[in-house]
Amino acid sequence: MEFGFTTAAYVVAAVLFILSLGGLSGQESAKRAVWYGIAGMALAVFATLIGPGSGLWWLSILLIIAGGAIGFVVAKRVQMTEMPQLVAAMHSLVGLAAVFVGYNAHIELGHVMTMSEEERYAAEGFAALLAKKSGVEIGILRVELFLGVFIGAVTFTGSVIAFGKLAGKVTSAAKKLPGGHILNATAAGVSLILLFVYLAGGGLWALILMTLLAFFIGYHLIMGIGGADMPVVVSMLNSYSGWAAAAIGFSLGNDLLIVVGALVGSSGAILSYIMCKAMNRSFVSVILGGFGGPAGEQMAVEGEMIAIEADGVASALNEADSVIIIPGYGMAVAQAQNAVSELTKKLRAAGKEVRFAIHPVAGRLPGHMNVLLAEAKVPYDIVMEMDEINDDFPETDVVIVIGSNDIVNPAAQDDPNSPIAGMPVLECWKAKQVFVSKRGQGTGYSGIENPLFFKDNTRMFYGDAKASLDKLLPMID
Amino acid sequence: MKIGTPKEVFEGEARVAMTPDSARQLQKLGHECLIESGAGMAAGFSDEAYEEAGVEVIKTAAQLYKSADIIAKVRPPSETEVKRLGPSKTLISFFYPGSNQELMELAAEKGATVIAMDMVPRISRAQKMDALSSMANIAGYRAVIEAGNNFGRFFTGQVTAAGKVPPAKVLVVGAGVAGLAAIGTSTSLGAITLAFDVRPEVAEQIESMGAEFVFLEFDEEQTDGATTGGYAAPSSPEFREAQLAKFRELAPDIDIVITTALIPNRPAPKLWTEDMVKMMKPGSVIVDLAAERGGNCDLTVPDEKIVTDNGVTIVGYTDFPSKMATQSSTLYATNVRHMMTDLTPEKDGVVNHNMEDDVIRGATITHEKEVTFPPPPPKVAAIAAKPKEKVKELTPEEKRAAEVAAFKAQTKNQVTLIGIGAVLMLLLGLVAPASFMQHFIVFVLAVFVGFQVIWNVAHSLHTPLMAVTNAISSIIILGALMQIGSGAGWVVLLAALSVFMAGINIFGGFLVTRRMLAMFQKS
Repeated sequence: MEFGFTTAAYVVAAVLFILSLGGLSGQESAKRAVWYGIAGMALAVFATLIGPGSGLWWLSILLIIAGGAIGFVVAKRVQMTEMPQLVAAMHSLVGLAAVFVGYNAHIELGHVMTMSEEERYAAEGFAALLAKKSGVEIGILRVELFLGVFIGAVTFTGSVIAFGKLAGKVTSAAKKLPGGHILNATAAGVSLILLFVYLAGGGLWALILMTLLAFFIGYHLIMGIGGADMPVVVSMLNSYSGWAAAAIGFSLGNDLLIVVGALVGSSGAILSYIMCKAMNRSFVSVILGGFGGPAGEQMAVEGEMIAIEADGVASALNEADSVIIIPGYGMAVAQAQNAVSELTKKLRAAGKEVRFAIHPVAGRLPGHMNVLLAEAKVPYDIVMEMDEINDDFPETDVVIVIGSNDIVNPAAQDDPNSPIAGMPVLECWKAKQVFVSKRGQGTGYSGIENPLFFKDNTRMFYGDAKASLDKLLPMID
Repeated sequence: MKIGTPKEVFEGEARVAMTPDSARQLQKLGHECLIESGAGMAAGFSDEAYEEAGVEVIKTAAQLYKSADIIAKVRPPSETEVKRLGPSKTLISFFYPGSNQELMELAAEKGATVIAMDMVPRISRAQKMDALSSMANIAGYRAVIEAGNNFGRFFTGQVTAAGKVPPAKVLVVGAGVAGLAAIGTSTSLGAITLAFDVRPEVAEQIESMGAEFVFLEFDEEQTDGATTGGYAAPSSPEFREAQLAKFRELAPDIDIVITTALIPNRPAPKLWTEDMVKMMKPGSVIVDLAAERGGNCDLTVPDEKIVTDNGVTIVGYTDFPSKMATQSSTLYATNVRHMMTDLTPEKDGVVNHNMEDDVIRGATITHEKEVTFPPPPPKVAAIAAKPKEKVKELTPEEKRAAEVAAFKAQTKNQVTLIGIGAVLMLLLGLVAPASFMQHFIVFVLAVFVGFQVIWNVAHSLHTPLMAVTNAISSIIILGALMQIGSGAGWVVLLAALSVFMAGINIFGGFLVTRRMLAMFQKS
């Protein structure tokens, strides 16, 4: 009876979680959808607490409240520009929790195995679940548990490194130990061997050794990936944390864990796929890190970069009827989103059409730019996706590029030898006039020369994005 | 540097190369400005207005030529004016070096640098100093006004109590800058406007101005305007015949003809023949903007307005821009000012005559005692886009075949994938116990649901999606909750830690998602 109730609660929770993700298809429905998620989670936790096999519920509630308090404070304080770090940090928690739960399952399993028949029969809670398993089932359980711990461990160190890179605590350049991917492959291979050792009754040491190896893989894999590929990394880790939950769900025989793990896992996988597609790179090449060497001589760039001062930009904006702004990571770094919003407001008040063009990999997190602009109170209906707006550039008077580089690089289309050849880019150079707000003359993260900066209709507006915009704002009328 | 503008000596010329406004801008570049007394009078700029703008007013032309380093004027210089130039002087004006060979050599001999405003290359960067275009624009506008002045009817059609008035029919021949300006003016006055040009690629521009493109059925490879620097090229005799036949067909219906057809370095082509004039209705007007080069119409008399025996007025004035001296002076002075901006890149009043620069090189016809005309072709080419490659039209059969092939390939793909998946499933089912398979069904279905649901998530909500998936992946707390109660020691400790971490995640994830979503606002 009680068990039936728990399962019923799980079904409802699973449906609520699916609705919660489905609701994210639109900005308005999303506001409702998040409540579905919260309700689902509350229901699931409540049902588990009163369900069979739980104990120490007062301790659980205390811990949830304590953790919740921390989560509450973090969520209130975090800057929108710091979202990538926060997401990475939260992934690491899920990863570590998966590792712990997996270890517990192992300990319990060992405990149950030593019990006698009568004790097994009398076992309670989680132990009861294990006690009823047959030999083959226990074998499978061990594989699942091993897998859960492995994925959890990779997610944990990977997320910690990703967090460090995004927060600027670890250098964002791609770094590898000598040996490179051979090291990762070896570690993964040894882990596989350890799985068989573990299945053959290897015991705790095999599990611990594997965990250490998985920690190493997570660390080394993410260290080898550069800053601009972070959107893929973060969504990949998101996916991993889901799969880890699903694997643990299998070993615990908990369907809700499996469902949610699968949902989260596929969500992260799709996000990674979208990001890779937006960079025209295969998932493998991103994960293995670094760009492939150029296929041949890159086209020489002709012309010169012409600088312009704020008054020039202002007069062009005052004359323009339609303006498109292309924000990139540089806007987040300079915290310029409020200045951008202010500019938008002024231009719109003057009756001009202002829109934003967002490339899928702009920023360090999928959808990062949208969130920053939303925070700065830019209405979301003027923030467009690449495919929605790419055809409109020829009819646009002024394009302002703020802190983006590779995503507006015409070489992706013109130069078959460019390392980013074939990557879909925002075709801003087709507009009548392009202003590029950029700190200096250097190339971007990928080190690829950007012919856009040398075009006849491009002017370089050098300086920190926020300072430049603040200088520009009073000149707009 | 001192920039001086003398009074134009050409008879009837009312324009002036410097306005008080342009003088202010020139001074910002670090230059001093001089003007001959009364130079701006005919264009509506008094000496006082110049003085107010900080311009020094000089009594005589001779004095001005002596004290200024750069002379900016409109018309090509007379011989006397050229003789006044010296080694350190620069002259900026229209020059038409092709037909003023001797004058150019004289200027080179004198050592003066001459920048011909009519030689500014037609590249996008140089548009701001393209004086030919700005003057042509005015001529096109004025041509319509002049035509209206001599035309006894309305342009626009009206139905009044006193009867119905048909709209005027205007034909514009040659859709260059002047032609397009004429089209624009004429359509905005309400006339039915037709336009013709030998360059088929301008049809789009003509239609964008609201006129109808007169299409000529002719099977000949048209020369692309882009290869001749945006100008028209001479056409073959056969083409010309076809063109004239078309005009003859149109002539009886047309009330106003405005011809603007010019071919670089050639006399204007004769496009409106005597017999066409005869066919036109009495009271019709022809404005020939090519009159200076001999005219597009057979009967045009340059600088005069004549009325033919059958009552058609032919206007052959050549000084349309001068007739609108205030407007044309303003535009021309701005063109000159832009030229000076390019010549003084440092804005310090020092002219840097950079002969490496395409625009400056192209416009300079004498420099350091050398004649530098004609210039080498500009490095930056490409005015028009490359001709579009024709995509082969597929026949319906081919299309259907392609669709069927694509469908088959897709089916094959899917069936293969399903097949492989099914075999793997069955293999798994052979070894795995039933209890595992039950969970496995749930897992596979959840993955499918996940894929379907996530594809519909808006791109702009990807960050909230990550935050919310983060929060719900803390569902792992269930595992910890189940373990915390059973066993002791290590198990409780690890489970407690897991519960704690998952707690952070649940609250943090959901709250931050809510915070983000609340920020998305519609305008």
